[in-house]
Amino acid sequence: MLLLSCPWCGDRSEQEFACGGEAHIVRPLAPEDLDDRAWGDYVFMRRNEKGLHFERWRHVHGCGRWFNVARNTVTHEILAIYQVGDDRPELPE
Amino acid sequence: MAKYSIFALGRNALQGHRHWPRVWRSPPPRPSYDAIIVGGGGHGLATAYYLAKQHGMDKVAVLEKGWIGGGNTGRNTTIVRSNYLNPESAAIYDHALTLWEGLSQELNFNVMFSPRGVINLAHDNHEARELHRRIYANQLAGVDAEWVTPVQLRELCPILNLDSNMRYPILGGTLQRRGGVARHDAVAWGYARAADRLGVDIIQNCQVTGFTIRQGRIEGAQTSQGDIMAPRIGVVAAGHSSVLAAMAGLRLPLASHPLQALVSEPVKPIMPTVVMSNKVHGYMSQSDKGELVIGAGIDGYNSYAQRGSLPVIEETIRAIVELFPITSRLKMMRQWAGIVDLCPDASPIISGTPVAGLYFNCGWGTGGFKATPGSGYLFAHTLAKGEAHPINAPFALERFYSGALVAEHGAAAVAH
Amino acid sequence: MSGESNRLTDGGRIDRTRRLSFRFDNKTMYGYQGDTLASALLANGVRLVGRSFKYHRPRGLMAAGGEEPNGLVRLRQGGRAEPNVRATEIILYDGLVAESQNRWPSLEFDLGALNDRLSPLFPAGFYYKTFMWPASMWPRYEAVIRRMAGLGKAATSADPDRYEKQYAHCDVLVVGAGPSGLAAALAAKRTGARVILADEGAEFGGALLGNGQQIDGRPAIAWVAGIEAELAGAENVRLLPRTVVTGYYDHNALVMLERVADHLLQPGPGQPRQRLWQVRAKQVVLATGALERPLVLANNDRPGVMGAAAVQTYINRYGVRPGRRAVLFTNNDGAYPVALDLARAGVAVAAVVDVRARAPIGWRGDLDRLGIELMADRAVLGVVGRKAVTGVQIGKLNEAGNAVVPGLSRHIDCDLLCLSGGWSPTLHLLSQAGTSLQWDARQGCFLPGKARQAVRVVGAANADFRLQDCLNLGADAGNAAANDAGRRRRGRGPHKPLADVEPALTPPRPIWSIPGTGKGGGKAFVDFQSDVTADDLRLAAREGYRSIEHVKRYTTVGMGTDQGRTANINALGIVAEALDVTVPQVGHTTFRPPFSPVAFGALAGGQTGPLLDPVRRTPMHGWHQDHGAVFEPVGQWLRPYSYPKAGEAMAAAVDRETLAVRTSLGLMDASTLGKIDIRGPDAAEFLNRIYTNGWKGLAVGGCRYGLMLGEDGMIFDDGVTVRLGEDHFHMTTTTGNAAPVLDWLESWLQTEWPELSVYCTSCTEQWAVAALCGPNARRLLAELCPDWDLSAEAFPHMTWQTVAMGEVAAGLEARIFRIGFTGELSFEINVPAGHGPALWAALMAAGEKYAITPFGTEAMHVLRAEVGFIMVGQETDGTTTPDDLGLGRMVSRKKEFLGKRSLFRRDTMRQGRPQLVGLLTDDPGHRVPEGAQLIAGADPAPPQRGLGHVTSSYHSPNLGRTFALALLQGGRARQGETIHIAYDGRAVPATVTGPRFLDPGARAK
Repeated sequence: MLLLSCPWCGDRSEQEFACGGEAHIVRPLAPEDLDDRAWGDYVFMRRNEKGLHFERWRHVHGCGRWFNVARNTVTHEILAIYQVGDDRPELPE
Repeated sequence: MAKYSIFALGRNALQGHRHWPRVWRSPPPRPSYDAIIVGGGGHGLATAYYLAKQHGMDKVAVLEKGWIGGGNTGRNTTIVRSNYLNPESAAIYDHALTLWEGLSQELNFNVMFSPRGVINLAHDNHEARELHRRIYANQLAGVDAEWVTPVQLRELCPILNLDSNMRYPILGGTLQRRGGVARHDAVAWGYARAADRLGVDIIQNCQVTGFTIRQGRIEGAQTSQGDIMAPRIGVVAAGHSSVLAAMAGLRLPLASHPLQALVSEPVKPIMPTVVMSNKVHGYMSQSDKGELVIGAGIDGYNSYAQRGSLPVIEETIRAIVELFPITSRLKMMRQWAGIVDLCPDASPIISGTPVAGLYFNCGWGTGGFKATPGSGYLFAHTLAKGEAHPINAPFALERFYSGALVAEHGAAAVAH
Repeated sequence: MSGESNRLTDGGRIDRTRRLSFRFDNKTMYGYQGDTLASALLANGVRLVGRSFKYHRPRGLMAAGGEEPNGLVRLRQGGRAEPNVRATEIILYDGLVAESQNRWPSLEFDLGALNDRLSPLFPAGFYYKTFMWPASMWPRYEAVIRRMAGLGKAATSADPDRYEKQYAHCDVLVVGAGPSGLAAALAAKRTGARVILADEGAEFGGALLGNGQQIDGRPAIAWVAGIEAELAGAENVRLLPRTVVTGYYDHNALVMLERVADHLLQPGPGQPRQRLWQVRAKQVVLATGALERPLVLANNDRPGVMGAAAVQTYINRYGVRPGRRAVLFTNNDGAYPVALDLARAGVAVAAVVDVRARAPIGWRGDLDRLGIELMADRAVLGVVGRKAVTGVQIGKLNEAGNAVVPGLSRHIDCDLLCLSGGWSPTLHLLSQAGTSLQWDARQGCFLPGKARQAVRVVGAANADFRLQDCLNLGADAGNAAANDAGRRRRGRGPHKPLADVEPALTPPRPIWSIPGTGKGGGKAFVDFQSDVTADDLRLAAREGYRSIEHVKRYTTVGMGTDQGRTANINALGIVAEALDVTVPQVGHTTFRPPFSPVAFGALAGGQTGPLLDPVRRTPMHGWHQDHGAVFEPVGQWLRPYSYPKAGEAMAAAVDRETLAVRTSLGLMDASTLGKIDIRGPDAAEFLNRIYTNGWKGLAVGGCRYGLMLGEDGMIFDDGVTVRLGEDHFHMTTTTGNAAPVLDWLESWLQTEWPELSVYCTSCTEQWAVAALCGPNARRLLAELCPDWDLSAEAFPHMTWQTVAMGEVAAGLEARIFRIGFTGELSFEINVPAGHGPALWAALMAAGEKYAITPFGTEAMHVLRAEVGFIMVGQETDGTTTPDDLGLGRMVSRKKEFLGKRSLFRRDTMRQGRPQLVGLLTDDPGHRVPEGAQLIAGADPAPPQRGLGHVTSSYHSPNLGRTFALALLQGGRARQGETIHIAYDGRAVPATVTGPRFLDPGARAK
């Protein structure tokens, strides 16, 4: 039962949030230029990291805002919470 | 090999059970094998067994980072059925079901496959329509499927709440009589024992840490017990598939999530069949030991922690108490989670990869146990022949590029 | 039974003025307020309380707390019946009814005990080796096994009690109110921290309740009372007795079960039976104590074999003497004070048998004074007696402890054997919290490793067994936890409680099983509840089940309702010996929540029955109800399915409604459609990216149908969106997708296209929508809007206007969309939700002359299908592209939109994809079921691959026949062909047609 700190609302229990999966997947600007493989990679393929995972969360039963979280997928430790659009924070491995 | 039987049991009883042979050897790894299976769960052990049995390969190793059957094989709720919507899926799961039906005898190990019927409930018109579609598709595919009315449901599962004033009244359901449950640990142990007898080396506490790949071809694996060479490697690592794929420089279309489950304290038999409900989100059967075995949903975030959490359990138990009111005073005895590898189309991947000789069998998500024998059989074929068996051909990785997905999300998730 | 034959004449914490009557197995007995069922049974001389799981061996009480493996009973009756309740945890109340379990026909004479005689055939895992022949017999074998297995019987009717959930935050949660926990809670309280103190017992004090120790020169229990009083009076402290902490989850979330009314005959009015707490604690102090292990020896399960500490508790806390003549057998100092308490309570103590060569010196004087024989370097080898202990066999072990030295054996008569096999800190919660446990070989137990969460472990749970240490370290931990939670004040007071001086501890001698006297020595149980013996564990190891997890699963050790609380460490030791490795090399199995079983009802809480899921009703729901609507659930909504008149069959009602719309006038409540208000300078650009078709060219005042796809190119939702202003749109979605679509829009806006200035707001519930459909729609609406030009020229199809309705319609201002889902002339009238009933009533009243007919979802489905309109979720299933449905014209070639690239992959462009067609069965009266499969030939015999499936199928009174929509492979090229519709072994011939069966033509303009 994670405790996430929404950048706008503060500490809240995981039930208030929805996880949107891997962060930093950028939608191709010109999909028509991609071959099927590159497009399929974008739509379906994921890193699915064990350990440090950068992911998107939405405070869906709160302010409704998206934000990014760096979380350890083994220990569930929250390592950073940062804004959508920000670069991945530097974190010790 | 000492055959298991009531006579063997009697004979050994007279000797104080001192002379039972090892179920499997635990040899140190050899420097090279003809094929390596990474992952000693049910699917991996079955693969090794069929490689030896069907394809005559006797230099095969199964590498397991922990103890065999300790992942999802030993954590799932053991439901076996084959009533899937798409003909591709029905074929793969029904092939497995056919193997289940003779598995105890095949392995000479009682896996307690118990075809007590699996019921899927419909709580609204949309669900009823989708379930009927599945029944008719199953009929055409030769998979047993029938619609059962509330009156029949009362016979099949007397403790089911059929009150028409329920929040989501039960309109009926599908029944697959050949479906049921099995004893999960026995599947791993039975395959391990049978594979071991055919010469397969089962190596526990052996973690793969990397692959040796030369000119696009697999040559071996680096492990916690040293380097082991093999021209063919099959990875069957469920929730950890992405980790192993990354070692070969690959990405897979998978997300690893904890799937929550629980059992009640053991009680005398009250639940003669398996009942599943998508709408209120829960399913239940009763083990031979008497525990109610209850499957919940997944935690909604990527995780490799095999720990129980509460929110999903609360939701499921609400559904269980609603569906089976007499369970309110029964108690949850144990909860846990397994890490499932969810695939976007809810269908598995049994496939070669861009690395020649490296194969993956993954993506079974929340429902892999039921496929164990078939998955092993088909993956063994794929590894041995270097190409897919016709049954698993549609389940290649390529489908995520061509678009030919095998969508099995149950009912389409839209209410209009 | 001779009444309370084993009740001491005085002492104990029971209230002897309050006598309670109860029934066990239909015998009436008496106990006192303050008793547990277990202590009351013992007081009444009841030794046999249950039958074991597998061998049906007679079993008695072994423990006094939650670790009791044998004394499981079925408590209460009817809907309140609860199986598998530990008698040691049942607080006695007047009128209590309980019965023993897993026996037939009676506890005294149980036919299942035959299993014990046949037990050589039933070693661990025997079922994996047999019951395989013939294969067809397994279900019969299984039926027998299932009847033999299982413990108690479930209730037979629904639970009449209610349950609650409560959520709390605190600075410091202290788990366990023994000496360490109380000291910790007090120190934390004095810092001003918000403290919760929970203990599973009815009274605080923990071990102090039962062991007669002293603090500050007074009985320790007086110290407990003082602390409890101070805590109870503090505003920053919440005390929760009868509350067991069951789970320790991520980020210091803990779950507790408060047994609010389990100690009563039934809950009082308005009182829940139990309350499930979820606590988020900044800091946790675990003062969960330790559990005494039994010793594993032959027939150690006979009624009359008990834990030494348990016996002490029965004497001191309950004033019960569990036997008349006792032998104590120990490998540590724990049994010595018990021997003294037994003697003081008038029990003859035949001997204290200590397996250690050097017994502790500090106790000798007391033993001598009481005339108790101390037998050092000796062991109890086995227990004599079947339904009760009658004596023990004593002998000497060799130095390794694995064989009996011959010739020194001796029998002692007794009816009580107290075992103390050492102490295991209760670290289940800590382990759940992700902390690894470290093996301490000297003490023979696991200790806390490095914690991953904000938690401290104190007292016996940390293997600090001396009272003075518990008091000191408990206070330190409480103080430090509060400090770490941000409370900087010092919580330790000047007064430090002083415990009596205890004799110095002599190290225990870890010994995992006592070797038997040879053949036929009897079973030595490790896990009493699961009936697992030392031999079972050795067999598993011999057979190659080397991982402790394999051993656990093969033998079922530790898998009972107590999760092996008293069994696990002994099992580890025995397995380590069998494998010739150390205990840490074997490792330990995972502790899983809950620590103590939790009722499903408590987990479900109040959210069951009608509260299982919110019910959403439209503003006009009351009208529908009053007019005979039959509702169907659509997502959380209730929508009228149809409005059958008295005596009218459902099918006839749907026909009547369908016909009315085509011939005159119908009215449908469309309020459930999802509605999203979209504003901002980039709104049109945004929609252009979301929908497959173009939106920039849509004029203000216009309406447009849109399709949206997932990135996989499959149809996700559809609906009409209208342009309210240059920067302002009103989107409609399907009923079920209202929330997913909003989530979809927000995710793109916030995470991918932050440069777009667009704001989305759900307004589904702000608008009531009445869809007025039929040839007379304009005529009626004109009457209601006398000042408005509603002509096709002034108010054309696919436009909207804000209309000030006339007096007949209460002067409502409405947004009217000239759109519809039936193909008929239609107006969707949107008014603020609160005005919905007035609008509806006005339309119904004024429409009477046109026989206006309210219609439900089923008629709506028929009407839309007649004109070939698709229904998302019915014609689509997540694998359907626009082109599959013949909606290729909706897909813009010019612009980019979500999912577009996926439409140009090999499979989405291939020939032969399922395409939407119409089907007319040869028999016009035959309505095929939805979902039926399409095949070419007339033989439906399996196995064969279908060509598609029926998506919609109805009877149409307008067509005078049945019709269907279907997805058929390559269907558009098959028009005119005959195919067969297969279901239930039938193959019904039908002609493939276009998907549009009816054209209202000019009347819809």
